[in-house]
Amino acid sequence: MDASLFGRFRTATDYVRDWSTWRDLPETRRAFLRWVEGADDLDIEERYAALRGDGIRRRWGQLLLTVSLERGHRSYDLRHEDDADRSTDELTTHDDPLDARHLATEDDDGRYRPLKTAPTLRTGWVFPDLSGEEVVEAIDYFYPATVANWHREREGALDVTHWRETAERQTGIYDVVDELSGEQVEWLAQSCCVDSQCLKRRMWDEEEGAELDVPRGEGAFPCREPCSLVVAAARKWTTLEREEAREYTFTLTPSEKEQVEDLVDAVADGRVGEIREADVYEGANRYRARYLRAKRFDDEGNLSGVPTDDEEAD
Amino acid sequence: MSQALVIVAHGSHLNPDSSTPTFDHADTIRAAGAFDEVREAFWKEEPSFREVLRTVESEEVFVVPLFISEGYFTEQVIPRELRLDGWDVAEWDSDGTDASHVTLTAADVEKTVHYCGPVGTHDAMSDVIVQRAQSVTGDPDVGEGFGLAVVGHGTERNENSAKAIHYHAERIRESGRFAEVEALFMDEDPEVDDVAEFFESDDVVVVPLFVADGFHTQEDIPEDMGLTDDYRTGYDVPATVDGTDIWYAGAVGTEALMADVILERAADAGADVRDAISRVRAETGGAVGD
Ligand code: SF4
Repeated sequence: MDASLFGRFRTATDYVRDWSTWRDLPETRRAFLRWVEGADDLDIEERYAALRGDGIRRRWGQLLLTVSLERGHRSYDLRHEDDADRSTDELTTHDDPLDARHLATEDDDGRYRPLKTAPTLRTGWVFPDLSGEEVVEAIDYFYPATVANWHREREGALDVTHWRETAERQTGIYDVVDELSGEQVEWLAQSCCVDSQCLKRRMWDEEEGAELDVPRGEGAFPCREPCSLVVAAARKWTTLEREEAREYTFTLTPSEKEQVEDLVDAVADGRVGEIREADVYEGANRYRARYLRAKRFDDEGNLSGVPTDDEEAD
Repeated sequence: MSQALVIVAHGSHLNPDSSTPTFDHADTIRAAGAFDEVREAFWKEEPSFREVLRTVESEEVFVVPLFISEGYFTEQVIPRELRLDGWDVAEWDSDGTDASHVTLTAADVEKTVHYCGPVGTHDAMSDVIVQRAQSVTGDPDVGEGFGLAVVGHGTERNENSAKAIHYHAERIRESGRFAEVEALFMDEDPEVDDVAEFFESDDVVVVPLFVADGFHTQEDIPEDMGLTDDYRTGYDVPATVDGTDIWYAGAVGTEALMADVILERAADAGADVRDAISRVRAETGGAVGD
C-alpha cells in the first residue's frame, strides 16, 4: 500500500472508530469526552495524529486528563496538574475509579477537605489507564456533579438557584440565614467562593437581576447554587451579625495595629504555615504574635485590658 | 430499564469518618451487582442531595436514606432537596416506624424516584444489631447469659428517634435470644450512664443505633458509661463497670450487614435485587434473620 493510500485508509478507519466510540454513550458523557479531546475544534486527522502522539490534555479543576490511543482504544491518564511532568513510577498508581473518593478526602497535609472543589487536592497519584466510562466516574468522585452541570450549562439549561431562594428554603437551624443583607451576601461569597477558595465558577447571585460584585471565578465548571458549606457558614455569620457594633478604645503602636492586620490577612489567605519560624519581620510570625500577646493582653486574654463585656452570642 | 441506587446520608464538614460507612456499604452493594449504578449523596458533603440525581444515568432511581429514624431529615429535608414533586408525608402512613416507600418524580431530572423509608426502622435492622453483638463478642451464638442494650440519642427534634430504639429492642427481646434487652438513651431516661443498673446479667453488649462513629459514639457514650475517663486513651472490650462486663460495640451503622438493610429497603420499593441480597448476606455474615 503506498503512503497516501494508507493515509486515506487510516483516515477512513478513524472516522468509523470515532463514530463507534461515541455512538452508545449517554449524552452527558459523550459531550464531556468529546470536549476533552477537542472533537468540536480539531479536525479528525489532526486529532487522531495527536491522540497517537503525546495525547491530548485537558484541565478540569486541578485535574489533568490526557487521552491517547493505545492499541486502537482510547486510554485516559488522570492525575493532579502539579504532577504533569512526573513519570508514572514516581506516583502511586490506581485503576479503580472509586479510589478517587479516598484521594479526595484529605489534602497533602492530611487535613480533611469538606469542600471537594477547594484548590487543595492532594498530589502524588495517577490513574494511568482508564476507559472513558471510568474517567468520568473518577472525575465525578473528585468533583461531584461538575460534569453534569457543565453539560447543562453548555446546553443552555443550567438551573441556577440564587441566594435568596436557597436561603428561604432552609429550615431547622439554617432557617435564619435569610436575614443576611445583600452586602453581607457579598462578603459571604468573597470569603468562600472566589478562585483561591473554590474552583467552581459561581453562577448564583443574590437573586435574579441582583448580581454580586465578587468575581465569579475562571473555573471550567459552574456552581449553580450556594453549597452546604456556604449555608453553614452563613448561619454562623447571621448570628454574629445580630450583634450591634460598639466602640472600644485600644492602645497600640502603629506597628502593632499593622501587625493585627497582618495576622488577619495571613489567616484569611491560609499563609500561616508558610511563615518561617524566625522571620520576625512578618506580622503573623509566631514569636511576633506571642510578643504582642505578652505585652498587650491581660490575664483574661483581653486586648489592651479592655473587657468584651457581653458574652459571645451563639 | 436501568436502575440506580442512591444512598443518602448526613455526612460532615468536620469529620472525614462520617461518610465512611456509607461508602463501605455502597461498595458491598456495587460488588453484588444488583444496580447499574450506585451513588452516595450527603447533606454536608458532595454530591449534595440537590445534585445527586443528575449524576446518575438510569431512568429509575431507588433512594434509601441512611438515617436511623423517621423525622426531620426523611420527611422534610431529603424530599425537599431532591425536589420530589408531590411529596406528602401522609403517603407513608407511618406512626414513626412504618415508612416503606413512595414513587414520585423529581423536578429537575426525568427519572422515576422510589423514595424509601430510613434503614434504621426496617425490620432487618434488628438482625444488624444482633450481628453487631456477635462481631464485638466474637461469638456467633452470643445471647445466653448476656444482656443487650440498644442505645439512642433521645430528646432530638422528634420523638420518632426513641421509637426506632424501642422498636428494635422489643423485637430482639421477643426473639428470646438475649437474657435481657433494654432501650437506653444518652439524653433522657433510662440513661446509658447507669447501664449496669439496668441489667442482672454479668455481661452486657451495648450497641448504639447510630449510622457512623463520631463524637457521640466514640467520646460521649464510652465516657458516660465509665468505660474510660478519657476517650483518647481508649477502653477495653469488655470493660468491667460496677462488676458488669460491658461489651461496647460502637455505631451499628459500621456493621457490614447494613448493606443488606439498604437492599431490603430498595427491594420493598420494587427493585429487582433478590439475588444480590443473598450474596450480600453471605458475604457480610448475615445468616441471621427470618
Ligand atoms: S457556593 Fe461557593 S464555595 Fe460552595 S461550591 Fe459554590 S462557589 Fe464553591
